[in-house]
Amino acid sequence: MLTALLLFFPLLVSVVVLAMKPAQARSIAFAGAVLELVLSVYVALQFDKSQLDQFGLNKEWISTLGISFSIGMDGISLLLVLLTTVLIPLIVLSAFKDTERPASFYSLIMLMQSALIGVFTAKDGFLFYLFWEIALIPVYFICLVWGGENKGKITLKFFIYTLTGSLFMLVALIYLYFKTPGHHTFAIQSLYDAGRALEASQQTYVFFALFFAFAIKMPIFPLHTWQPDTYTVAPVQGTMLLSGIMLKMGIYGVIRWLIPVVPQAVQHWGYLAIILSVVGIIYASCIAIVQKDFKRLIAYSSIAHVGLISGGLFTLSIVGLQGAMVQMLSHGIVVFGLFYIIEIVEARTKTRELAQLGGIRNVAPILASVFLVIMLGSVALPLTSGFIGEFLLISSLVQYKLWIGAVAGLTIILGAVYMLRTFQKSMLGETNGVTALLTDLSGQEKLVLFPVVVLVILIGVYPTPLLSISEVAASNLLSLFSDLSASVK
Amino acid sequence: MSFSVIISLIPILPLLGFTIIALSGRKLPHGLASTLACGSVLVSFILSVVLFVKLLGGAPAFEVTLFPWISAGSFNVNFAFLVDPLSSLMLLVITGVGFLIHVYSIGYMHDDAGFNRFFSYLNLFVFFMLLLVMGSNYLLMFVGWEGVGLCSYLLIGFWFKNQDYNKAANKAFIMNRIGDLGLIIGVVLIFMNFGSINYADVFPKAGTVGASAITLITILLFVGAMGKSAQIPLYTWLPDAMAGPTPVSALIHAATMVTAGVYMVARNNALYSLSPMAMELVLVVGLITALFAATIALAQNDIKKVLAYSTVSQLGLMFVALGVGAYSSGIFHMATHAFFKALLFLGAGSVIHALHGEQDIRKMGGLKKYISVTYITFLIGVLAISGIPPFAGFFSKDEILAHAFEKSPVVWGVAVLASLLTSFYMFRLLFLVFFGKERASEEKIKHIHESPSSITIPLMSLAVLSVVGGFMGIPEILGGNNWVGRFLSPVFAAAPESEVAPLSHGTEYALMGAIVLLTLVMIALAYSRYVSKNHVPVPEGEPLAAAHKTIYNKYYVDEIYDAIVVKPLFWLSKLFDIVIEKSGIDKAVNLLGDAVNDWSGIFRRLQNGSLGYYLFVMVIGVIVMIAFSYTLK
Repeated sequence: MLTALLLFFPLLVSVVVLAMKPAQARSIAFAGAVLELVLSVYVALQFDKSQLDQFGLNKEWISTLGISFSIGMDGISLLLVLLTTVLIPLIVLSAFKDTERPASFYSLIMLMQSALIGVFTAKDGFLFYLFWEIALIPVYFICLVWGGENKGKITLKFFIYTLTGSLFMLVALIYLYFKTPGHHTFAIQSLYDAGRALEASQQTYVFFALFFAFAIKMPIFPLHTWQPDTYTVAPVQGTMLLSGIMLKMGIYGVIRWLIPVVPQAVQHWGYLAIILSVVGIIYASCIAIVQKDFKRLIAYSSIAHVGLISGGLFTLSIVGLQGAMVQMLSHGIVVFGLFYIIEIVEARTKTRELAQLGGIRNVAPILASVFLVIMLGSVALPLTSGFIGEFLLISSLVQYKLWIGAVAGLTIILGAVYMLRTFQKSMLGETNGVTALLTDLSGQEKLVLFPVVVLVILIGVYPTPLLSISEVAASNLLSLFSDLSASVK
Repeated sequence: MSFSVIISLIPILPLLGFTIIALSGRKLPHGLASTLACGSVLVSFILSVVLFVKLLGGAPAFEVTLFPWISAGSFNVNFAFLVDPLSSLMLLVITGVGFLIHVYSIGYMHDDAGFNRFFSYLNLFVFFMLLLVMGSNYLLMFVGWEGVGLCSYLLIGFWFKNQDYNKAANKAFIMNRIGDLGLIIGVVLIFMNFGSINYADVFPKAGTVGASAITLITILLFVGAMGKSAQIPLYTWLPDAMAGPTPVSALIHAATMVTAGVYMVARNNALYSLSPMAMELVLVVGLITALFAATIALAQNDIKKVLAYSTVSQLGLMFVALGVGAYSSGIFHMATHAFFKALLFLGAGSVIHALHGEQDIRKMGGLKKYISVTYITFLIGVLAISGIPPFAGFFSKDEILAHAFEKSPVVWGVAVLASLLTSFYMFRLLFLVFFGKERASEEKIKHIHESPSSITIPLMSLAVLSVVGGFMGIPEILGGNNWVGRFLSPVFAAAPESEVAPLSHGTEYALMGAIVLLTLVMIALAYSRYVSKNHVPVPEGEPLAAAHKTIYNKYYVDEIYDAIVVKPLFWLSKLFDIVIEKSGIDKAVNLLGDAVNDWSGIFRRLQNGSLGYYLFVMVIGVIVMIAFSYTLK
């Protein structure tokens, strides 16, 4: 029941906000998001770390088609739900008061939250697909209505690109559905069983159909070209939703709806996924080095970070999987903070061109210090959240193959190159005409950014509670492979 | 107070100092900030002495586990500290020298607007440096390792308005990261081979792992050491790091942080001793670096740059010691070097302070009568680094050279050459700064004054240490009993005894005498050139002889790196961005989209083409479906 509450409460808030006067919309949305956060923390405290699925709800829905309304959370789901419930109130709070049409804006954000939680908790293939598509709608409108220059064309490309991926997923899910014995069903376990019973060639088709959908969402090289444009043109809250939470849908999809469905194919083709991921790390990092637009630079850095996550994930090792979990959280928080800092700077200077910035530390020392800490999280300095995930992920890749780990590890060098350069160009040096009158963080901005700073350090120093939440679910997932190899012998 | 509390407090106090100063920002009065910063390090020093005395009394190594840090499957690592003779000695050097440099900074940074920020960074540095040497596993050492790198970055770019300084800071961080990648991969391989990354689990099992794995691991760890301890090929960041305030150069870029690589290799002696190839590599890199950097130092005219290249060279000498298996000699030299090099840097700072920021030795000269305390203490530092008995450097350097001779006379010859060059360029520096005619402008000479006591007291303390510091390792042939070697012996017990027969006393006396004699000759040469003949290096822009020009320009290594690494990386990135990304992948995606678009023209009439309309229909559809499903029940 608690899962259902977490799922529907934001939907309720979304509807209520829509009916609000513009002036109240933001506070109601914020209050709702905070309540949701409190609720999710309560759920996390109730969560039994030694068990798998909890707080489940399973109702028959469209029984003629074998579709049920089945939701629930294991540790992996819970961590992503927590990421969502932590970020949404911050995203709401980060929006400046003068947003146009605030009621619809905040309503869409809350609708988005509902859909995201649905994605992370669905236990039915059809339901998962439904939430997956619903999640696209609010963010699409946020980008289209509140976006920047050239938004129409870019948003359309984003929409069609991800929708194309989703269609492949839908086809794969329906294919599996028809492979379920007896009265066909979309229940997750039945789909797992159906998938695992497939022959190698059939598994391969299913693998690529699903992988295509998830890879676009993350995105993995070379399916990433929608991302930099969309991140850049979207209003900052849209970018935060996309990069902070939505891309984790792709990674979550791999964990929940790819690896356990066609494990043999994943073992067989995982090598390819790892290579693409690692190529993406280097490729996107290099491109980030030569970006002139602050926001676009962070967009590319995000591709690099996601590449490392998916690379580690496909090593199918506990170290890689746990690293992916903690890095998803860290990346969500860090990238949110970075995009917000960009927004703050842009709102004050009307530019994101690094060449025009500089010297901000002289006039806004708190802003610069906050940026520094978040940047350290991004370059994975030990005792920041970024290090835990990045170390585990690189470690998993080194254990997979030494040279792949070494190449992926270049991210710690290249990441430092582009982030330090960005920090230097924007914050250090003398002020110029553009930055001389910049003011330091306002109270509201501190309220958004200080929790980010605290989380970056807290997770880096004491990640154990988070790691222990997903430990059982992760090792359960991987036990599949020891079973597989046992059955082969 | 229990020992676990004492041990935990040692790093926590500077961390606390950092936190308080950093969070209170500019509001905190300068006096309070500096008192907090100095006080926290002083207390850590006192606690370190307590532990040291205990260990001296024969107590076994202390271990404290604070809390589990990272755990994933069988990979488990704790926040846990280990204090054994090696880390204990490091603690004394870090907190002791660190404290003196904190005090020095009160005077040196007196008028700086970033006074509080400076002290907060210094405290943060001490915290991370302590983690580095106290961690009982590789990952915690790595935390300290990268943490000190961060502080180094922050302090090199302390005067952040100057973009050249910021570039130097970036260079330091990035170059260190190259080494760190090697180190971290080495740590992962240790986990793969030993199933643990705790020192206590790894070292006893060192012999059970295959030789090739050990060689790979130790070489990768050494790559980390090359970055942090500025060895060829990753040394070029250290001379640039002199952009930071002088106390930083003394503390971080001479006495402590840059010796982390030496500490790390010594800590892993059980592994290195099993890999002749890795030892050979450490030796060769150390030897080449020692000589190479010494030649560059001959022709530099910036007082801090001379000292920086000297540091690179001395670190090379420490690696020579490690490479021939004389671990305790390497650590011994690390300690004495911390004393005299910190002294030299602080002395240089005092000179720079007296001349209002002047760093060019061509514009100094004749300063000994104006700033006599600085002169005398600087002289002591120069005597110590040149290896004149009985100053500290003599004993530690002699020990390394003796072990080098045991290994091979060639190694000894190169190391001696580097040492002789060292005494030459150090006396060149001394003579050009303090002797001869005043070359500074009259305006500057008029305002020249000896530094305040917060600067001179640390100078005198370090001078005393540079005189007596060597007595902890007096060799047997000079009537000592090499106390430091015996103190450290439990840590290096795992390393097999050197196979080469120790030198006879006669040989040892002969070598010692020859080196001292040659050193005196070098000093005489420097004296005749820079004092008797009043030679002053030519001003900027005047033509130099080819060899002189090459070393003056540091063998053009920066230019070479720029041409073969930095520029190609930039071109590659441009290629990715412009050619592959924009004209390649993205264009292909768009073309595919267009193709589908054209193709589907036939079906288009069925739809009105408005995306908003489709979405609207989709949402309605979903709602209808949900509604429908409930009517079914």
